[in-house]
Amino acid sequence: MLDFKSVSKRFGSVTAVDRVTLRVEEGEMLGIIGRSGAGKSTLLKMTNRLSDPTSGEIAYGGRSVSALKGKDLLAWRRDCAMIFQQFNLVPRLDVLTNVMLGRLNGLGTLKSVFKLFSDEDRRDALRALDRLDIAQTALQQAGTLSGGQQQRVAIARALVQRPRIILADEPIASLDPLNAKLVMDALQRINREEGLTVICNLHTLDTARQYCRRIVGMRKGALVFEGAPEDLTKDAARDIYGAGEEFDEATTSTSLGSSPGADAAASGTAAVPAESERPRVVGL
Amino acid sequence: MTATSPGDHAPRMIDQIDQEFGKAERKRRLYTALFIAATLFVMVGGFGIAEDMNSGSFIGGLHKFFDYPANIVAESFEAGWGWYPLLLHFAPALIETVNMAAVGTILGGVLALVLAFCSTRGLGVWPPLIPICRRFMDGARAFPELILALFLIFVLGASPVPAIIAVAFHTAGALGKQFSEVNENIDRGPLDGLAAAGANWTQRMRYGVLPQVLPNYTSYLLMRFEINIRASAILGFVGAGGIGQELRKAIGWTQGAETSALFVLLFLAIVAIDQISSTLRRRLTGDGVGHV
Ligand SMILES: Nc1ncnc2c1ncn2[C@@H]1O[C@H](COP(=O)(O)OP(=O)(O)OP(=O)(O)O)[C@@H](O)[C@H]1O
Ligand SMILES: [Mg+2]
Repeated sequence: MLDFKSVSKRFGSVTAVDRVTLRVEEGEMLGIIGRSGAGKSTLLKMTNRLSDPTSGEIAYGGRSVSALKGKDLLAWRRDCAMIFQQFNLVPRLDVLTNVMLGRLNGLGTLKSVFKLFSDEDRRDALRALDRLDIAQTALQQAGTLSGGQQQRVAIARALVQRPRIILADEPIASLDPLNAKLVMDALQRINREEGLTVICNLHTLDTARQYCRRIVGMRKGALVFEGAPEDLTKDAARDIYGAGEEFDEATTSTSLGSSPGADAAASGTAAVPAESERPRVVGL
Repeated sequence: MTATSPGDHAPRMIDQIDQEFGKAERKRRLYTALFIAATLFVMVGGFGIAEDMNSGSFIGGLHKFFDYPANIVAESFEAGWGWYPLLLHFAPALIETVNMAAVGTILGGVLALVLAFCSTRGLGVWPPLIPICRRFMDGARAFPELILALFLIFVLGASPVPAIIAVAFHTAGALGKQFSEVNENIDRGPLDGLAAAGANWTQRMRYGVLPQVLPNYTSYLLMRFEINIRASAILGFVGAGGIGQELRKAIGWTQGAETSALFVLLFLAIVAIDQISSTLRRRLTGDGVGHV
């Protein structure tokens, strides 16, 4: 159970995250939505301590995360694997090595300098790649893969970390609809099969509705919405995005095959003409 | 990615940014002007000093300048077939020079590597260390090998060791600067990815930085090796051994054939090494799987 207790983060005069109080249950798949600059990324980065809160506290299972130092801090980072929008693989290394990098935390410094991963690490890495249907790319240079493949490599790396939580920061923002679906499906499967907690920043309402059982909305650093997919009505979305009457949900859409929830809430939202020209993958 | 709608920023903020930018821009221009002025001053001053020290004027001594090479060519022809074995005779001296350069480059390169990592911002090193390392590199770079070698030869006696130390010291400064510039231009994505996996500092540098910078590092290192071969040859003149020392003897005793043989040898060696290293460099900076 992950607990945010009035967590704030300021960058100079900018308040990126403003007194966020939130509880994430074990095994939950939580979606965070909000416009650009709302503080979604900052919130995730504070969770695995890539960034430190200015005030407030984050606790996991009753233990404060904010106070962790040295080895404990590194172990906590391994416990919450992160998926980035830009994948953040090491492009010049092969895919298999990239996945095994998820094991660095358990590997001694000297061993890792000479790239001495164990046979077990390699087998686990291959198994993870196989689960994501990209085992055939194992020996390819990571930088040569397509975006969707790279993101699945990143998920495989996250898996071999054996984390408790997966933090996904706009994992599909630079992917086409088909790859976006593959990646989101993979995250969903991991959430269901392994019972891993998944916190996922998204900027597409329909994806959030389709995959997340609970959605929170952020606006200017503060939590302004919390509810089930069906609570995320057009009005609620308008409020989160701070838009007026002109707000059109289609502008936040990745054109993924829409879910029942999305249909209900998005009814009456006519897609703007430009939208229909974008590639649409329906019924996948 | 942080697009904001117009009107989100108060006009005051835009003014402030504009002012800050203008201030930085003026400073930059001032420094450029100062730099040009200083360069001109040093150049003019240098000419003046050189003119004073030459007994005759520069133009007046020009014809003597051509007498000497003519002499060397004449003597080389006199030597006939006996000239070619001279190349072989001086080969060990050439190898000694290349060795001095190689050892100096490697020692300096290792030091440069450490200095570069300790002087790059954003890699998570102890912040006070950064300016210390930078100043040290500036100092090391500013010291010409020749001055340092002269001093060390005075202290340690004439041998290749002072030359190697001098070359290594200068190399540490010069390469360290170039390495740290390469470090600064890396894509930080992999570093974030590794940090999020719980990797420690060494691991982050090993996998997040090294694969990205190694091709450029090697390229700079090879380039520096070429430079250091020339530097080592020059250091031979002040007693550090190798081909430079042979050359000084030959010139001092006006042995034309030996002088030309040494020049040809040095020339061939430099051309060969330049060719090899530029081929290597081209291959390294191209895209290929980096098995590092
Ligand atoms: N390192 C930083 N230094 C200064 N300001 C920052 C930094 N990181 C984030 N900010 C600011 O904090 C605010 C929130 O940024 P954040 O990246 O968390 O937003 P986001 O919701 O993830 O947006 P996006 O959808 O564009 O990724 C923004 O105003 C941003 O400019
Ligand atoms: Mg973000």
